Amino acid sequence: MDRTVEAQFAPRLAGRIGLERTLALVARLRELGILVALAVIVVVVGVQAPRFLSVSNFEQILLSVSLIAIVAVGQTSVVLTRNVDLSVGSVVGLVAFVTGDLLKEHVLGVPGAILAGCALGLGLGALNGLIITVGRVPAIVATLGTLYVYRGLDFLIAGGKQVSAIDLPNSYLRIASSSVIGIPTLIVFAAVTAAIAAYLLRYSGTGRELYAIGSNPTAAELVGIPAQRLVFGAFVICGLLAGVAGVLWGSRFGTVNAFAAGGLELQVIAAVVVGGVNIFGGSGTVLGAVLGAALLGTIENALRILHLSQFWLQAIDGAVILLAVGTDAAIRSYFQRILMRTGRR
Amino acid sequence: MITQLSALRTRVLARWETLLVLLLIVFIWLGSSLSPYFLSGSNFSDLTSNLMEKAIMALPLALIIIAGEIDLSVESMLGLASALLGLTYAIGWSLWLGIPLVLAVGALGGLLNGLLVTWARLPSLVVTLGTLALFRGLASVVLGPQSVSGWPAAFTNFGFGDVPGTLIPWPFVVFAVLAGAFTFVLHRTWIGRQLYAIGKNKEAARYAGIRVARAKTLLFVLSGVLSALAGVVLTARFSSARADNGQGFVLDVVTAVLLGGVNIFGGEGTIVGVVLAVFVIGVLRNGLTLADVSPDTQSVAVGALLIISVAGPTAVRRIRSAWSNRRLTQAADSS
Repeated sequence: MDRTVEAQFAPRLAGRIGLERTLALVARLRELGILVALAVIVVVVGVQAPRFLSVSNFEQILLSVSLIAIVAVGQTSVVLTRNVDLSVGSVVGLVAFVTGDLLKEHVLGVPGAILAGCALGLGLGALNGLIITVGRVPAIVATLGTLYVYRGLDFLIAGGKQVSAIDLPNSYLRIASSSVIGIPTLIVFAAVTAAIAAYLLRYSGTGRELYAIGSNPTAAELVGIPAQRLVFGAFVICGLLAGVAGVLWGSRFGTVNAFAAGGLELQVIAAVVVGGVNIFGGSGTVLGAVLGAALLGTIENALRILHLSQFWLQAIDGAVILLAVGTDAAIRSYFQRILMRTGRR
Repeated sequence: MITQLSALRTRVLARWETLLVLLLIVFIWLGSSLSPYFLSGSNFSDLTSNLMEKAIMALPLALIIIAGEIDLSVESMLGLASALLGLTYAIGWSLWLGIPLVLAVGALGGLLNGLLVTWARLPSLVVTLGTLALFRGLASVVLGPQSVSGWPAAFTNFGFGDVPGTLIPWPFVVFAVLAGAFTFVLHRTWIGRQLYAIGKNKEAARYAGIRVARAKTLLFVLSGVLSALAGVVLTARFSSARADNGQGFVLDVVTAVLLGGVNIFGGEGTIVGVVLAVFVIGVLRNGLTLADVSPDTQSVAVGALLIISVAGPTAVRRIRSAWSNRRLTQAADSS
């Protein structure tokens, strides 16, 4: 009896493992695909506008990609657990304004204001996490609410004021503009953040548990993974990284008003899904998300260099989200069908 | 047994709607203590006409959420419709041509959402997040940063005029007709019962012979058409077509539906509740406006209301089940 059951299920089990492997391979291919797309854009746009290939333009691209990438790393950890954080744009904006305002009004010194900004981001992320895990509100509703609550607080605090670069101490502005061995600090910072997150998600126990929660929440609970606590943690990390990005946002742009980083959440989610992070949770890498951010940032820059309408940008973000999740679904169902057939045989 | 259950359910639902009526009364009382102008008929007329686009979009969204999906793209479809109507009018088209075209585009956009959800089997959350960006982006491609004005008097009169001799705004008439139709279809016909069945258990509904995919696709098409209609109404009311019309409306529309007692997981909700919730939000925003709070800051209150409207009932349900569990164990112990 046992043997027949085993005989029945063994091929299917093998198919399952095969599916996981194939999908891992497809993910690898995804990263390769983004690199190819990047190369094509660089060559095509470079031929038409040599200015695109200059070192300073390259640096500009990397600077804006860095900010998105830092937020995208946090978003990845949330999406892996089959959740989503729509409030990140508002967190970046609120933190950028509060940090700038603290410095402008000389409430805190530069290190203090930076810490306060990061702590604020962490607190906002923790509030999201609490509403979702303790309040049992689905992440989409909770973070749609806080998207507007945080943005509204930003308007309440700013009240029409804005922080300008002249109000800010040089040491704060220099964080984004200075460079370490010739590379702008902002870029180094984003790279280090991404590298640490990539390592932790791939090799640490907690990182693997985040994947487990996303691929099967019930099973994760059954094997004793503290799912609620880890989901809470993912939102805290996401808030913290959005806070860090907010601090850097103010440093990079100097001018911050209540509208800062509005709509950023769509760019971040686009980067994450283009990078192959599965919106159903359970699979995807930080490298992919960062490459996704790089691809979108390069497209944005190319449009500007080619003097194409900026109005296309948001439409492209939207189309790219649909295309990415559509492709994922198509690939997945294709392989599943093949494996079902081999499993039956 | 079944009649008992349904009687119980009606009572619970009635209780939710009673709660909304009470909330409405409290907000009206608070508003009237803020400003003597608040309780005037013209203020209520303004308040109502300010709400109508959101109210029109909340109706199909209620059905979509009851059927277990979501549509976040409604505000962008409103913007796209407004921009397209502006473009066609600016190049000399008659509104008799422009409005049907815009509604058709709404249907197409909704069809795109619906097919991606049912045929490509993608989660509606991500699909409509994508089209939220896509439609808004297309709107700004169509019209850029400019606005189109100089609309015919009949059109703008429809937008901010009242039914002659009354304080009832014309857009409210449109909404009232739609709300009546939605109430009838959802609560009195097999179509409504099918939607509840789909939301309660999609697989069971499919095995019961309900064409789930077709129903959902049609709901998204309906949502697209009515969002486009809301775009036409808003354009008439502002007598201005702009690509960024209706930005941020998604908060109020989703809040209206969930505060109205529609279960975010599908299968439950009434149109009466949604209509009441629309007015709760309207009175809240109107009161805050009279208290000199800017619309962006008002969103703090509406966002909090959204979260509470989902977290509250969940908490009550959990406390209740904990209670009845305890009673059961006590009964078991004593016997």
